[in-house]
Amino acid sequence: MDTALYSKRRRRNVITMALAYGATGFGLSWLVLILVVLLWEGFSGLSLSVFTEMTPPPGSAGGLLNPIAGSLIMTVIAVLIGTPLGILAGTYMAEYGRYDKLTMIVRFINDILLSAPSIVVGLFIYEVMVAQMGHFSGWAGAVSLAVIVIPVVVRTTEDMLTLVPDSLREAAASIGLPRSLMIQRVAYRAARAGMITGVLLAVARISGETAPLLFTALNNQFWSLNLNAPVSSLPVVIFQFALSPYKDWQKLAWTGALIITLAVLALSIVARILTAQRKTS
Amino acid sequence: MADVALQGTGISTAAQLDRAKVLQRLRLSDVAFRHLTRAAAATVLAILGGIIISLIWGSLPALRAFGISFLYEEVWNPVTEKFGAIAPIYGTIVTSLIAMLIAVPVGLLIALFLTELCPMWLRRPIGIAIELLAGIPSIIYGIWGLFVFAPFLQQHVQPFLIAVFGEIPILSTLFAGPPYGIGVFTAGLILAIMVLPFITSISRDVFDAVPPVLKEAAYGLGCTTWEVARYVVLPYTRVGVIGGVMLGLGRALGETMAVTFVIGNAHRISGSLLAPGTTISATIANEFTEAVGDLYTSALIALGLILFVITFIVLAIARLLLLRLNARVGG
Repeated sequence: MDTALYSKRRRRNVITMALAYGATGFGLSWLVLILVVLLWEGFSGLSLSVFTEMTPPPGSAGGLLNPIAGSLIMTVIAVLIGTPLGILAGTYMAEYGRYDKLTMIVRFINDILLSAPSIVVGLFIYEVMVAQMGHFSGWAGAVSLAVIVIPVVVRTTEDMLTLVPDSLREAAASIGLPRSLMIQRVAYRAARAGMITGVLLAVARISGETAPLLFTALNNQFWSLNLNAPVSSLPVVIFQFALSPYKDWQKLAWTGALIITLAVLALSIVARILTAQRKTS
Repeated sequence: MADVALQGTGISTAAQLDRAKVLQRLRLSDVAFRHLTRAAAATVLAILGGIIISLIWGSLPALRAFGISFLYEEVWNPVTEKFGAIAPIYGTIVTSLIAMLIAVPVGLLIALFLTELCPMWLRRPIGIAIELLAGIPSIIYGIWGLFVFAPFLQQHVQPFLIAVFGEIPILSTLFAGPPYGIGVFTAGLILAIMVLPFITSISRDVFDAVPPVLKEAAYGLGCTTWEVARYVVLPYTRVGVIGGVMLGLGRALGETMAVTFVIGNAHRISGSLLAPGTTISATIANEFTEAVGDLYTSALIALGLILFVITFIVLAIARLLLLRLNARVGG
């Protein structure tokens, strides 16, 4: 037996396996580092006034009430616009045209839109809405978020409907249910948990989106729920405050970052529980 | 058919009429629903078309004014209204390259760990942790990079790099001081952390798709774990891994907020990686709302068009590769 070769192979194996362990530690340590700093900085600034007061002028205390409200409103509108569109598109792809050309093209384009740079979406809505209307507005911000919601919902809806067994569809058809009712009453119900997961993931995705809001909703230092005017949002306020030289603002930026991260983590945990239930049932 | 059968049973005509009406209504709603879903599917295409048309439309003034020289001029002067895109393009490509140089090997090694070495009970938690890393919004990476990572690099890592590589010809240019903290190098590192989870989770999925028989056969021949990974798993999953890498690259090229915080926003090409620079997305994010004059705005939209074209090509290649892999696994 060639012991030299044997020990060389063993050595190489030990080295790469050690590297694999190291890489995993390396990857996970970033998560820990980011979360620890975020929790530390965020919680030290967290108080009731964050949720009850407006964003302050530099040098004084204040809260994040207007950006939180703005973010919530724009997220809700974006979901209200994006979810029906996404679900209907996913329905066509999974139910009506599963193998036709339109579906293949839409699937391909949708997958690209799913990871396309969000700042480009901002430019698109700027050109289509802001430039036409002549001013920044909350509507433009909500629509640009909706454009980001659509591909996520399309993807999960299609995937989840494809998982629904055909025997359910056949059973529904055999008792004379028209196809549209079969889809609405049987297929949707069977795929409900997965489709809700998709919407939750979409909300998680847009709740941290900054780039498309920068030049659509812009920002607003005051309390304003007028969607025809610039609306404040958490990510944009974080961006502005973090890059400012004022300590109070930077503190608020960290707190805002913590709120967003907790919201996103909570959403993804709920989404995960929903999918886990689906698998076991 | 059922209607024909019913006609013979002597049920009153009123009931028959009712039935026909209901059927008619159902048929109508069926057709309407079908067309509605089809229209919604077409909206996805309309969004893509809208993005392309509006970007081209918006960038026309700049493209008319500067022509092809927009692509290779370095000057970026809002006062004299002279714009060239090469500095942001260079920054975008260099930061993404740094990110991929780090994230690809590390991501593949983590995927290897998750599929071959990790005890079963640990696989799910670690997988979830990696996916959480992917779910953190990019602005969080940005604020963390600005306040924690950049100062750390400035105080500890960059002086060390400058000192170590100071005597070696090419590397001394790449790592020429002073240590700013923010800059191209820092942006590349942050991007690496951001794309790492994408590359890891796709590689893990394609590694998992390798038929166990192949691996068992190789182990049976006496191969080491590394040899199985290198000569069985990697060749089998090559297409999928490249697809995953391209997907990560697409993300890195278009990433905005994390980069904007730490790149320094300087419109020049510097030989040193430690110097501040800019990327396409960072330039747009920083300057768009402050852009006065149509030409300035148009130049920024033209940058967006360039970014969209680059990422579209990269992502399209990624999807085509992954599709090819799926066809093979499915067939």
